[in-house]
Amino acid sequence: MAEQAAASGPLPIVPFLKIPSEGSPYLEGQRCRACGAVFLGERATCSKCGGRGTLEPAPLSGRGTLYVYSIVHRSFPGVEVPYVSCVVDLEGGGTVKGNLIGIDADPAKIAMGMPVETVFKVAPRKDAEGNEYLTYYFQPRS
Amino acid sequence: MSDVYILGVEMIKFGRFPEKTVPQLGAQAALMALDDAGLTIGDMEALYCGNLYQASAMVGQRILHEIGQTGIPVVNCANACATGATAFREAWMAIKAGAYDLTLAVGVEQMGKGLIGGGGARGKGIPTEGLLGSGTMPTVFAEAGMEHARKYGTTFEQFAKVSVKNHHHSTMNPKAMYQIETPLEMVMNAEMISYPNTKLMCSVNVDGSAAAVLCSEKKARELGMKRAVRVKASALTSDPFTDRDLVMPDVNTCTRRAAAKAYEMAGVSAKDVDLVELHDCFATAEILHYENLGLCGEGEAGRAIDEGWTAIGGKIPVNVSGGLLSKGHPLGATGIANIYEVSTHLRGEAGKRQVPGARIGLTHVIGLGSACAIHVLEKVA
Repeated sequence: MAEQAAASGPLPIVPFLKIPSEGSPYLEGQRCRACGAVFLGERATCSKCGGRGTLEPAPLSGRGTLYVYSIVHRSFPGVEVPYVSCVVDLEGGGTVKGNLIGIDADPAKIAMGMPVETVFKVAPRKDAEGNEYLTYYFQPRS
Repeated sequence: MSDVYILGVEMIKFGRFPEKTVPQLGAQAALMALDDAGLTIGDMEALYCGNLYQASAMVGQRILHEIGQTGIPVVNCANACATGATAFREAWMAIKAGAYDLTLAVGVEQMGKGLIGGGGARGKGIPTEGLLGSGTMPTVFAEAGMEHARKYGTTFEQFAKVSVKNHHHSTMNPKAMYQIETPLEMVMNAEMISYPNTKLMCSVNVDGSAAAVLCSEKKARELGMKRAVRVKASALTSDPFTDRDLVMPDVNTCTRRAAAKAYEMAGVSAKDVDLVELHDCFATAEILHYENLGLCGEGEAGRAIDEGWTAIGGKIPVNVSGGLLSKGHPLGATGIANIYEVSTHLRGEAGKRQVPGARIGLTHVIGLGSACAIHVLEKVA
């Protein structure tokens, strides 16, 4: 399901997208040992309980359910519309925002609560130096 | 502890004034509020200025450069869309603390057009807008509305009705940006921005300013309280940790906490409130805040809009000014403009849109990031 990133392949679009040299890309959270809160990206202190040094890396599940969405028809120049912006609750903790693909951008087709999974693809944009980026999307899962 | 009063409060007609500077716009409202109070800048002991887009540009001092450099302390506040209300609250708190008898609060903003928010490349990498969802304000508030839809089955049509109502209200407000009726079909068929928010369900970016003169009880008795408005409560919260807050700003929790504090401080409940100006930055947001402010029961907001509870003439009129949706939303001015609106009703001076017999009113703003400010105001005379 995930496209394999080459050794000198694309860069991660966000720091919490991990591209191991072997195996599939995944999203990595930080879980607080003291209170269980899950964050995206590295941090020193837990903003839920105030714990210091209590955060440890926690790979996030590639499976989850659609919490909410919006269909975006107006965006900034260069952003292709319409697309579905969504918030997904991952199995085992962690909430992530992304684009929902593989489904019509139609409220009649999209059901909040539906099962989804992460999928990784090279983003259709490069930076000023021509670097490619690996991004994640969500798609319906059966 | 003695109460704090509003002696003068005013706003300019919201619109687009590219020929004016931000301090010039702020100065206009400041002078209007001073005139309304029958006082001069020479009477003011401190100025609290709210402005967001020029937060580092000493806007408060530059307003004094326009209207009188009296040398008083000036504090410049920025707190996203709660900026104006935060400046007002600081002016209130300084009097509450006994430091001054008369303070001036000014909120002012000059806005561009177009979308606000959205993820750009932060220093390196590529812009994430449209790849990792959308961070535009219409989308953020659409998703917040969809959470309500998910829980209670709230429909696109119900969200759209908020806009129909608020645009209708603004036909009676000469200071609103727009005075046009927008029937339901027109709202629902307007350009879709971020489902379920169409263009007519997004607040209007306008330039504007509003100002208030605040006064201690002792001084108010001396100057006369005939048109004074009592500040019964001022509450400000930030966003406590909630599970999805990282990717989905939670405008509900900080509003609920601010409301609980404000009602407690004022010694009133939602049932005692005669009118509300709340933060309808998008039509979806207004629905959430009916429940957050306790104006109806949990899950009843859809019914409240369907049955006209929050329309003028309804049991709890909301945004009779036209709200941010139609009056306009100059970020730093909004929090004081809604204090102007409620005060005008409590004074019985709201003309065609007057809520009859209004004695207690509530104002609410929320700035993403987040800050929520609520004030409860009461008629004196």
